Amino acid sequence: MMASSYNAKDEDGHITVSGPGGGALRSKKPENTAFKQQRLPAWQPILTAGTVLPAFFIIGLIFIPIGIGLYVTSNNIKEFEIDYTGVDMSSPCFNCSQNYSWNSTKPCTCTIPFYLEQPYEGNVYMYYGLSNFYQNHRRYVKSRDDSQLHGDMDSLLKPSKECEPYAMHDNKPIAPCGAIANSMFNDTLELFYNDPNGTKVQISLANTGIAWFTDKYVKFKNPGGDNANLTAVFQGTTKPVNWRKPVYELDKNASNNGFINEDFIVWMRTAALPTFRKLYRTIKDSKMVPTLPRGNYTLEVVYNYPVRSFEGRKRMILSTISWMGGKNPFLGIAYITVGSVCFFLGVILLVIHHKCGNRNNSTDISN
Amino acid sequence: MARDGEDPGMAKTPKVKRQRKKKTKENKTRTVHANLLYDHAKGEENPNRHYANNKIKTTKYTVLSFLPKNLFEQFHRFANVYFVFIALLNFVPVVNAFQPELALAPVVFILSVTAIKDLWEDYRRHRSDKEINHMDCLVFSRVERRYVEKYWKEVRVGDFIKLRCNEILPADVLLLSSSDPDRLCHIETATLDGETNLKQRQVVRSFFDLDCDFDPLKYYSIIECEKPNNDLNRFRGYIIHRSGRRDALYKENLLLRGCTIRNTEEAVGIVIYAGHETKAMLNNNGPRYKRSKLERQMNVDVFWCVIILLVMCLFTAVGHGLWMFQYGDKRPVFDVLSPEGTDLSPIMSAIYLFLTMIIVFQVLIPISLFVSIEIVKICQVYFIHQDMELYDEETDSQLQCRALNITEDLGQMQYIFSDKTGTLTENKMVFRRCTVAGVEYSHDANARRLAMYQEMDSEEEECTSHGGTLPRRDSVASHQSARVVLRSQSTKSHRRTGSRAEAKRASILSKHTAFSSPMEKDITPDPQLLDKVNECSSQMEFMRFHSQPTSQLPSDLADIIDFFIALTVCNTVVVSSPNQPRQKVRMRFELKSPVKTIEDFIKRFTPSRLTSGSNSSSSSSLITSRSSNKGCSSMLSSPSAESTLTKLDEEKHHGSLEHAFSPVPPCYDGKAWNIEEGELRYEAESPDEAALVYAARAYKCSLVGRLPDQVTVELPHLGKLSFELLHTLGFDSTRKRMSVVVRHPLTDQITVYTKGADSVIMDLIKPPDTGNSKGKRQKKIVSRTQNYLNLYAADGLRTLCIAKKILSKEQYACWLQRHLEAETAIQGREELLFESALRLETNLQLLGATGIEDRLQDGVPETIASLRQAGLQIWVLTGDKQETAVNIAYACKLLDPEEEILTLNADSQEACALLLEESLHYIQAKFLCNSTDQSTKAFHNNFIPFDIYPSSSPSSSSSHTAPFMVHRLGLVIDGRTLAYALDKTLEDKFLAVARSCRSVLCCRSTPLQKSMVVKLVRNKLKVMTLAIGDGANDVSMIQVADVGVGISGQEGMQAVMASDFALPRFRYLKKLLLVHGHWCYSRLANMILYFFYKNAMFVALIFWYQFYCGFSGSAMIDQWYLIFFNLMFSAFPQLITGTLDKDVSAETLQQLPQLYVNGQNSEEYKPYMFWMNMIDAFYQSLICFFIPYFAYADSDVDLFTWGTPITTLALFTILVHLGIETKTWTWMNWLSISFSIALFFTVALCYNASCPTCYSPSNPYWTMQRLLQDPLFYLLCIITPIAALLPRYFYRACQGTLFPSPVQVGRQLDKLPAETRRNILSLSRVKVGSPLSPKPPFLSLSKPPVTGGNKKDQKSFPSSKTSQGPVLQTDQQGQRRGPTDSERGLSDLYTLVPTEIDTLPYTKDAPQLSEEQQSPQTKDSEGLDKSLETSDLSLSGWITSTPLLTQTDSIQLNLLPDGDAQCVRYTRDSVEKVKPAAQRTEQETGQPLHVTS
Repeated sequence: MMASSYNAKDEDGHITVSGPGGGALRSKKPENTAFKQQRLPAWQPILTAGTVLPAFFIIGLIFIPIGIGLYVTSNNIKEFEIDYTGVDMSSPCFNCSQNYSWNSTKPCTCTIPFYLEQPYEGNVYMYYGLSNFYQNHRRYVKSRDDSQLHGDMDSLLKPSKECEPYAMHDNKPIAPCGAIANSMFNDTLELFYNDPNGTKVQISLANTGIAWFTDKYVKFKNPGGDNANLTAVFQGTTKPVNWRKPVYELDKNASNNGFINEDFIVWMRTAALPTFRKLYRTIKDSKMVPTLPRGNYTLEVVYNYPVRSFEGRKRMILSTISWMGGKNPFLGIAYITVGSVCFFLGVILLVIHHKCGNRNNSTDISN
Repeated sequence: MARDGEDPGMAKTPKVKRQRKKKTKENKTRTVHANLLYDHAKGEENPNRHYANNKIKTTKYTVLSFLPKNLFEQFHRFANVYFVFIALLNFVPVVNAFQPELALAPVVFILSVTAIKDLWEDYRRHRSDKEINHMDCLVFSRVERRYVEKYWKEVRVGDFIKLRCNEILPADVLLLSSSDPDRLCHIETATLDGETNLKQRQVVRSFFDLDCDFDPLKYYSIIECEKPNNDLNRFRGYIIHRSGRRDALYKENLLLRGCTIRNTEEAVGIVIYAGHETKAMLNNNGPRYKRSKLERQMNVDVFWCVIILLVMCLFTAVGHGLWMFQYGDKRPVFDVLSPEGTDLSPIMSAIYLFLTMIIVFQVLIPISLFVSIEIVKICQVYFIHQDMELYDEETDSQLQCRALNITEDLGQMQYIFSDKTGTLTENKMVFRRCTVAGVEYSHDANARRLAMYQEMDSEEEECTSHGGTLPRRDSVASHQSARVVLRSQSTKSHRRTGSRAEAKRASILSKHTAFSSPMEKDITPDPQLLDKVNECSSQMEFMRFHSQPTSQLPSDLADIIDFFIALTVCNTVVVSSPNQPRQKVRMRFELKSPVKTIEDFIKRFTPSRLTSGSNSSSSSSLITSRSSNKGCSSMLSSPSAESTLTKLDEEKHHGSLEHAFSPVPPCYDGKAWNIEEGELRYEAESPDEAALVYAARAYKCSLVGRLPDQVTVELPHLGKLSFELLHTLGFDSTRKRMSVVVRHPLTDQITVYTKGADSVIMDLIKPPDTGNSKGKRQKKIVSRTQNYLNLYAADGLRTLCIAKKILSKEQYACWLQRHLEAETAIQGREELLFESALRLETNLQLLGATGIEDRLQDGVPETIASLRQAGLQIWVLTGDKQETAVNIAYACKLLDPEEEILTLNADSQEACALLLEESLHYIQAKFLCNSTDQSTKAFHNNFIPFDIYPSSSPSSSSSHTAPFMVHRLGLVIDGRTLAYALDKTLEDKFLAVARSCRSVLCCRSTPLQKSMVVKLVRNKLKVMTLAIGDGANDVSMIQVADVGVGISGQEGMQAVMASDFALPRFRYLKKLLLVHGHWCYSRLANMILYFFYKNAMFVALIFWYQFYCGFSGSAMIDQWYLIFFNLMFSAFPQLITGTLDKDVSAETLQQLPQLYVNGQNSEEYKPYMFWMNMIDAFYQSLICFFIPYFAYADSDVDLFTWGTPITTLALFTILVHLGIETKTWTWMNWLSISFSIALFFTVALCYNASCPTCYSPSNPYWTMQRLLQDPLFYLLCIITPIAALLPRYFYRACQGTLFPSPVQVGRQLDKLPAETRRNILSLSRVKVGSPLSPKPPFLSLSKPPVTGGNKKDQKSFPSSKTSQGPVLQTDQQGQRRGPTDSERGLSDLYTLVPTEIDTLPYTKDAPQLSEEQQSPQTKDSEGLDKSLETSDLSLSGWITSTPLLTQTDSIQLNLLPDGDAQCVRYTRDSVEKVKPAAQRTEQETGQPLHVTS
């Protein structure tokens, strides 16, 4: 990359002090070692146009193909996104969004039809996306009790003070405590395929396998160990204020209930940015081939989650996935850009080198 | 010292009165009683109980007090308080950003590292204290009535202690008894002041005459003395005996703690000061703390960091307020209420958030910076210590860094203030020539001998001879040649064995005597003078046998013998013999103390006593002389040996006492004596003294013994004479002379011999009575001597005048009376003694003068030349007289023969003001050299006091060297004028003059003036100053300067004790500054900048995140990473780089001193660089933030899965950034970087796997593990650092090609093979930029940065500011014209090569040589010169931007507007080009006063 030479200084200046009388006199003379005399062999790159030139070209030549590869990969991923917040009057969910708050008990359902232009093959992932939702707010992020979620009985009944002010309600400990749990996403999304023959086929959505393995099996545990009777376990606690049902009623499946409910676990993994998506369901064992054929679909939403107070948006996203994750052309573009810039700078350096640094070469030659 | 409680029962009025009296005095004195008297009494009654005991405790802490005290001390550092404050802030619930305990970690870490360091140091102190406290000594015990062994710590004030030979003194002890027959005690004070010569201490006079052993039980005296103080050379007090008699006590009576008893079998004393009150302990102050320039600059930037931090916090806080405000009353779910459930108003939460952000962003103020800098500095000091090239084999000493925290200042020096004697010169005084009675003895042979040494020195082959083994008694004729042979042989043999220096050192170590190198000892006598001495002494002998009064001796001969007696007697040299080291040669004739009382005087000087005394002494000396003559009869023709004997016999009958006194030396065999005599060693306090004694010995007039009361001198023919020493008036710097009062054994007259600086002595010479012939002769002698003195001074010799005076008994008695009064006075004794000395030293008779050569140290001219090339301004401040100083300055190339010298000598303030004014005008006129002839002429006419030194170099008076005069000025100013010039009203003018001169020489300056000059320059010019000196007179200057360097030479250790760095030799200054200074500076500067960058970059990542988390103070970087990032992950590589990075190799740095300018101009760390780094940091953090941001935008990534890659990327970026800035990659760098990365991943993996719930609120369980499975993570790791560092890398590459800094050129030079490099450098050294020389390829890279010289000009020469505008314009025009490439290349070539030559010292005759060579080439090179001129001048400015050159630049620049730019524009590097211009200048100015040199 850079013109360099290993500049190992020879130790010719070495003088042995072991004269006949040298042993008797303890000399203060410093030792002549490469380290102490600061003569360690070293690589001394000098940054000039000539020496860094190859580096720029090489980076350029490597990055551009990578970028193209990434871009192509990303483009091959199919993604469909539908906003069901219901801000528009025309939106089917407009009514639900208008008169909905945390406290209302009446479920509001809206149905959104959409059309998939491409068939989705393989595993299709269904996300819900929220915008303008600051799950990364400092006080929000902290408002949880990990040991309670880990199944610690003491913490269950005496939540940590981090959960304040969502630790106790009506003098009962909240399980799960904290603001994160309290604000858990609780819309229900269901997907129907409108077969061209007129039938409405519900697509089976798997609600397991959406959380991190370690979360589900290490970090989150129901209190009371293997006690299947969660109702008994959570005796003496109360549900979070905004929840409609207690934590032990999140799912009927015992292995997906309580703290180890995967929807809950996914929610508890706080998003990094205010616009985020979270995995809602996977579509694996669809009876159809391809998983989602081209055609009309209907999304049925049980609209529970209020976002209008903070100008939030709710989306449903259907996406396939590749080795590099979801659809994101940015990295490809970034690689191409950086590669091109490097190449361009390389050219500039070449010009500079030819104009001003040609004597540089003579240096090298004269060596 | 409440003495009240001492005797409560005492009711007698007189006693009370006395007590009261004492009480008033108590503040000034201390009273010491013998403890024995109070042994039976209880402790409370001991009057000494209030004094400190001898237990020392230098530790700062005890087990209990360590923690609070250490913490208290650490909190003195503001940064620590700040960090603790931040850590504590975390405990406030509304504010807390991190887990409070974790936030404490870094602070606790930093504090504990420092605490452990302190603890360790304190423990070491404790250990050594304990060791010292438990040393044994003999203390008298009343119970056992003998001396018993006790620990040092049990010694108390008032105890009697017995000291044996080679024991170390446990406390300050008043000497009461000594086994020495002279009641002397010899001590070695090496541990106190580093002087290895023995010092004599005397038993208190009242105990002097005790015949039997001193018995503590009979001691009832009380001692009153001063309170403990730290003046090693002062002790005053008196002892009150039971009888009420008072005896004065002097410093000669006091033995100081830490000294070693030598040559004395036993001594007994009473403890006066103990423990911490001893003078040694009071002098023991710890290392000094200085703040370096770089650190000051850094502190400014730390302050800026604080401001940036506050701005960022404020911004975030406001942002948060607004963010909250936008939601109004509808509080979103993610905006969590306060723990109490209350709703915070936007303003309140903004305020809380501000505090939170201070915590989150605290990393911006680099907590580890201070610790890292300290570590790096310690490593740097270690490496400087280890440098072999700074080790002096001769003295087995290496460089000592005494101040640990200013290493980088060494790289930024601008002014050097040097002492002359001992610093530039060896302080090896060599007798060179003398004049006696108006006749000069040129000592040509001696000169040749010295020249030979010089030669050998210059070959770096200073030869050794095993001192003292040379036969000294060979004939004069063979003397020299024999020595030559021997010397060359020894040189050869040593060269052969290859361990010459080793042998030399061994011989020095075994000899252990200062000022006794063979060069100083072997003086070749002038044959003429030697004959005269012989003649004279034989005549005297003859006369004595015939009982003729010696006054009949021809006066010139008498003067000669007196001259040598004075040389021998008038000093404080101690004689010892090497066979039994430090064993005094006992040649005792009689027991008699110097005259100390009037009674003593009367007793001794009554006629009867006088005769007998004189008889005895003279006869006894005769005995000795006779017998010694026997031994060396072959040498001294002593035909009268027989007669001597008979004479002696006669005399014996007269004398009644002599039997009692005549000594019979134990080994009186002549042969043995001869050998012994030949090996006598002289231990002198100053080198001049030794030189003179050795010189006298060369004339067979040798000092053989010195006792407090007598001096024994051996004279040819006359044998040993002993002079009764009545008084010694020691040398002091105000009187500048010393005198001894002796009784001459031959004439029996009381004679005063005075030796001192010529200026002083000449004033004290008795005005000759021109009436008689004797007076006329005296007058002639004085005037002739004065002539010779001037000559000597012109030769650069140190001159001393020798004079004598004969006192009549009455005169003496009269003087003695008052002198004794003065001696016994307690208050103002010094002044009284001084006055007394003045009374004695009047009306002297001039005997002659000596010229002593103080030789330059090895490599001084080269070092000075290098340092000057490095852009350092060198001022020499010396106490020497002007002529001597000027000559030494020429010798060491400080002044150039081509230089014009301004000499300022003024008698009054007004004159000085006028002089300065005129010289300013002169300088301006000179520089402007506008053709207004008249004004110049008028100026010159008016300007009489302004004398221009004719150069001593005759060869350089040709007119064509005149160009140098235009810009080269030297300033010589003497002490008196300096005093005026340093006045507030004149100092600015003085500085203006001084800094337009290339070199400044201040002569006859006092220590105070030296420090004032340094202070003035430092404060007014705002430059970095270095003071270097070796003696006590340099201490003040060393302390004032930014960096004080002491030469651990022969004049004791005082300068070293005060210094920051101690060097064995002056020439090491070159490597210390040019190499280590440069390295330390550039390393530290780069490290500090990097630190700022690193922290800013890291913190900015979080700052950007605030835009995406509602300005809530959230951090995507896990708190553990955040806190340990600085402390662990990124700490090691920068420490390694900060310690080991070498931008340019040591060889190149020394060969191209110009590279030093880099540090002087602070080019590695300029204020704008901080901001550039900040901008770069913000750019890089933007990249590191937004690439992951977009890569993960709208995905299901969670906070820490997203934050961890960012941390990793930041780490990579930071490390690669360091890689770009690292110039030298050793395996340590590689190791440290890979270690850092490995550490990060290891810690991250362990941390993320250790506990799923422990690290609330961050729950990073398995994050890193998952990331490592994610290809996206690797893709990010590749692209982000590259994208982030692209601009810097590109910039560095462009800079390296387009405008490389001199340092980069140096690095390029480094990479060339050694052979090529040597060629290039030697070529540039010898040939004056000959265009025919093959163009060295590397030089073509030496395109200097655009900033270069012009800026500097403006800065450093404000007087030319007015004309700067047009100048710059012209420059730009020149630029616009633009050179072609080839021309530019050539011009570049020129910029580098010739500059070196120009100032290089090695080519003394370079100018002439080059002239001859170049004159035919001038035509050829004209084109090139033109190209240089037209080419971008500022581009070529880098080399010429040294302060010294800036002047030249500004000079020439001033000329431009006036017209012919072509001719006047002087670029320093092309000699021939300037010629026409300068010649014209000469014609124009008419130069009535320009003595061309």
